[in-house]
Amino acid sequence: MNKWDQGARLWARVFCAVLVALFFAFPIYWLGAISFKTADEIFAYPPVWVPASFDFQHYFSLFKDGAAWSVWNSLVTASISTLIAMFFGTIAAYSLVRYKTGGNHLAIWIISQRMIPPICVVFPVFLLFVAWDIVDTYYGLIILYTAFNLPYVIWMMRGYIQEIPLELEQSALVDGLSRWAVLWKVVMPMVKAGLFATAVFTFIFAWNDFLFALILSRSDVVTFPVKVTGYFGAQSSLWSKVGALSMLGVLPMIFVVGTMQRFIVRGISMGAVKG
Amino acid sequence: MTTSNSFADKLDQERWFKYFLIAPAVFIILLIGLYPFVKLIVVSFQNITMFDDELSYQGFIHYERLFEDDRLWESILHTVIFTIVALPIELFLGFLLALLFLERIPYKQVFVGIILLPTVISPIVAGATWRLMFDQRFGPINQVIAWFAGHEVKLLWNIEPILVWPAIMVAEVWQWTPFMFLILLAALSNVDKEQLEAAQIDGASWWMTFRKIVLPAIMPVMFIALLIRGLDLFRVFDVVWTMTKGGPGTMTETVSIYAYHMAFREFDVSYSAAIAFLIILILTVIVIAALRRMEVSR
Repeated sequence: MNKWDQGARLWARVFCAVLVALFFAFPIYWLGAISFKTADEIFAYPPVWVPASFDFQHYFSLFKDGAAWSVWNSLVTASISTLIAMFFGTIAAYSLVRYKTGGNHLAIWIISQRMIPPICVVFPVFLLFVAWDIVDTYYGLIILYTAFNLPYVIWMMRGYIQEIPLELEQSALVDGLSRWAVLWKVVMPMVKAGLFATAVFTFIFAWNDFLFALILSRSDVVTFPVKVTGYFGAQSSLWSKVGALSMLGVLPMIFVVGTMQRFIVRGISMGAVKG
Repeated sequence: MTTSNSFADKLDQERWFKYFLIAPAVFIILLIGLYPFVKLIVVSFQNITMFDDELSYQGFIHYERLFEDDRLWESILHTVIFTIVALPIELFLGFLLALLFLERIPYKQVFVGIILLPTVISPIVAGATWRLMFDQRFGPINQVIAWFAGHEVKLLWNIEPILVWPAIMVAEVWQWTPFMFLILLAALSNVDKEQLEAAQIDGASWWMTFRKIVLPAIMPVMFIALLIRGLDLFRVFDVVWTMTKGGPGTMTETVSIYAYHMAFREFDVSYSAAIAFLIILILTVIVIAALRRMEVSR
């Protein structure tokens, strides 16, 4: 291949990449555009491709009527459940790796819990939460997301912990550190990147959940995906609100991808490679 | 504690320690995973409906009903077709994308960042987005088709029977192809470079190299990716819910949506539990069969 050929090939690939990126980005652009359009622009035919001005009125109205609160609910439930699941999941994974607790069976049983479709367990969980009187509370959703994410955390952290050389821990033990101190001062710092990657995904799963929140919330702790579906009507939908609230739900994810892309890429590929 | 016993104490402490570490996680999973599962089976043998909370055991009546319920089997058929159509498309497109980004390309980080965005957003938002895109009058898709057609086009993407599934499929493929792409990209970049070079020197064709070297190398990872996605597709709920709610009629009803409908709209709780149990049974069989095959191929 001569130089010109190579250059042409590269340009062809860049061109393809741009097309692909457009395909994946355009729908999100459209969603964002809707959220800034005036009512006239939303219902104009032919459609308006670029809103005339950045009009934040739909966002303001979400804050005014309290709908934006649903984003806060998502944030609270997703972050607290992530912290709890990361903590209990990581120590459980350590126990599985270093002590072979329960052998292979326990590990496989744990990951198999992840396989059960939410729709299959959500009703019994609902009955349980009714009995405990925690339907439509933060507690309910946090417990549920924690339980739902634990198998994932354990599975992923198990992979990361397996990579730590045993000698490090042994020498720390010889130096007189307690088991607990070894876990905190030797193991945790070694798996920091893994912890972070796993936490990002745990957060994303909880943040994006719809079905659990739909059934286990009424009015107090409605999360943003549930709120978004509330704007769809049989005859007409409140497109401006759908657009603006969806964007509020997407913005944190854009931020996450922008700042932690490395961890996300690693998390996704690790999940399958270690699987 | 006497000093003579300290060694035994230490051992005891160790034993306690490992259970101490794993107990909270197992407890939570048992509570929210196993308890509901058992409860589900119990309920499926009772007859709890909106009007009746009959707690006595009714035997297999709900399981017998499963076989006569055409709407259920239709929803299962929808789900299966949806899965076996979407899965290969995602795999194929993901593979093409992975090939595109395997070699060096400028701004790779930026491209990959943009491409993976759909995968991390809420399926509800993805559904809402595509509902906007496919809107018959105000959506850009009909508009673009109109440009090519040269006249106004009013395709009813959320009503027309032959259009409604493709619309959902596009949303699903858009959201999850990036997932396949990232996994395949990682798998492809782990393929042994020396082997590839050796094959090139030997003058092997692209197809031969792919079949003999690349495919076997990425097979295990690809298999897991297909399994993960296949299970996700089989329980698809959110994206269909936002785009069509299973409609028009029951045209796009998947098995998850049907189970939801029976439990929370008809309040036919016990029957819904039987459906849920059937779903779990089907998935378990699929997973066991898949894992067997994987063991064999290893």
